[in-house]
Amino acid sequence: MKTTLTFRAAVLSLFIFVMFIGVWHLATLAPKESAATQAANAEYAELMGKGAEKASGFPSPEKVGSAFVKYLSDPFYDNGPNDKGIGIQVGYSLLRVGTGFLLAMLFALPLGFVIGMSPLMTRALNPFIQILKPISPLAWMPLALYTLKDSEVSGIFVIFICSLWPMLINTAFGVAGVRRDWINVARTLEVNPLRKAFLVILPAAAPTILTGMRISMGIAWIVIVAAEMLVGGTGIGYFVWNEWNNLALPNVIFAITMIGLVGMALDLGFGTLQKFVTYRE
Amino acid sequence: MTSHFLSVEGLAKIYPTTDGKPGTPVFEDIHFAIERGEFICIIGHSGCGKTTILNVLAGLEEASAGGAIMDDREIDGPSLDRGVVFQGHALMPWMTVLGNVAFATKSRWPEWSKAKIEEHCTTYLEMVGLGHAIHKKPAELSGGMKQRVGIARAFAIEPKMLLLDEPFGALDALTRGTIQDELLKIVRATQQTVFMITHDVDEAILLADKVILMSNGPLAKIAEIVEITMPRDRTRAEMHHDPQFYRIRNHLVDFLVNRSKGYAGSDAAQLHDAKHPPVVRPGLVSDGTPPGDNGGRPVLKQVVNQ
Repeated sequence: MKTTLTFRAAVLSLFIFVMFIGVWHLATLAPKESAATQAANAEYAELMGKGAEKASGFPSPEKVGSAFVKYLSDPFYDNGPNDKGIGIQVGYSLLRVGTGFLLAMLFALPLGFVIGMSPLMTRALNPFIQILKPISPLAWMPLALYTLKDSEVSGIFVIFICSLWPMLINTAFGVAGVRRDWINVARTLEVNPLRKAFLVILPAAAPTILTGMRISMGIAWIVIVAAEMLVGGTGIGYFVWNEWNNLALPNVIFAITMIGLVGMALDLGFGTLQKFVTYRE
Repeated sequence: MTSHFLSVEGLAKIYPTTDGKPGTPVFEDIHFAIERGEFICIIGHSGCGKTTILNVLAGLEEASAGGAIMDDREIDGPSLDRGVVFQGHALMPWMTVLGNVAFATKSRWPEWSKAKIEEHCTTYLEMVGLGHAIHKKPAELSGGMKQRVGIARAFAIEPKMLLLDEPFGALDALTRGTIQDELLKIVRATQQTVFMITHDVDEAILLADKVILMSNGPLAKIAEIVEITMPRDRTRAEMHHDPQFYRIRNHLVDFLVNRSKGYAGSDAAQLHDAKHPPVVRPGLVSDGTPPGDNGGRPVLKQVVNQ
């Protein structure tokens, strides 16, 4: 009986994961224990000898595992500003990303439409976009803090500015690239501009627009961690920074994993949306 | 001034060259007329501007000179009065077959109810033999079926005139034949006025009342207008038994192969009056001499309007 490729890939993934945890476990064994079980690990113990002498070495998978259990078993507790459940922290981050992203959407989609429809606007705005696009979103932070005078709003602004460009550029590109034939069909049918925009151009450009949104979301999720480290207060980025200050590395590793998982979930969500609007010709 | 249903007067198109200067006209001084209910085919080699003429009639492109008047109104933009069937079907792939036709119908009659639109569209889709596929997406259809949807969409808005840009160019011979028959049936039933581009001589003979022959571009002109004098109820299966068929066919092929290139310098061109291009009826010439065999002047023997 032949197993499917998916199944074999899953087995291999699991194997890699177990190997990774195993190596990590061996690498973080205390020197005493490694002496007891040495034989195969003699060389390794020698390598690790010095580092392992410190009271708090690199956390073992067991310690990180217990951090996972601890945080995930009660994700929504709130014991004051510096001690909130992971669910609350991720929630704050998602709220900021969501708000900034939505604002960027409200701005980028109509503007992208205008740019895509008008060769004049494309050329006129292109230099600005090209200069503004490569600026690290965090570089805006001082300006944002000064003008907006609110760290919360500044965080959202940073997400807004970093989500803006991929969406804007892809929308303009998608709109400009709508097949001439479809536009001509709409023209010969004397379709009014609003109907044309929503029933012809938008669906035709939707796959490209959604690709832009997916890229924007990916960038926004990367940027929010850095932004929250700077701004502080709440959010998964602040959580990482706070746990680093506590020197609680198991919690940091736990948070890193959570960032990865949430990022993956967001990307999968947009992937599904993308499938929904993609058409086959 | 004219009493024709559609009249094209002095049409010319000049595209700018790459350095921005005006180039040689693709075609110029194009005059012709179409009566209500007529089926006109236009034949010519690539580059003679057939599609441009069609686009001007559709209102999608602007001519550099001249213009066209349909039903006493100048054509100055796209209109629901003229349905277009595009070369590459141009269906919207995100809509179903019904959705595509409904989009057109809704544009024509925005006040209609959903049920009425659906009923109307279904009628036209059944007419092209697609009643069973109305909820499919275009991607699930064969090339021939897609083009049928395109035809149904154009007919569904009940335009005053139908413009077809080589609608069967991409189809295989068998499918092409079937759809030609369907088109012919529908056009006869609806008394539709049609202007169609084709490369297929047999297709033109089967469908058209008149065939406009274009000489080669640039500076393309209407060389002749060939009247298809065979009975109008001809069918694809029967028409080659008619003795007229081969006379017309030979005339058309001869033009495309031999005369279209050197047209500008030929004797025929000297006598050419752009406002009244020679109308010929090769089907009625009974002497059996194939045109082109007697010193390049056979055209004049058949000319009926000079």
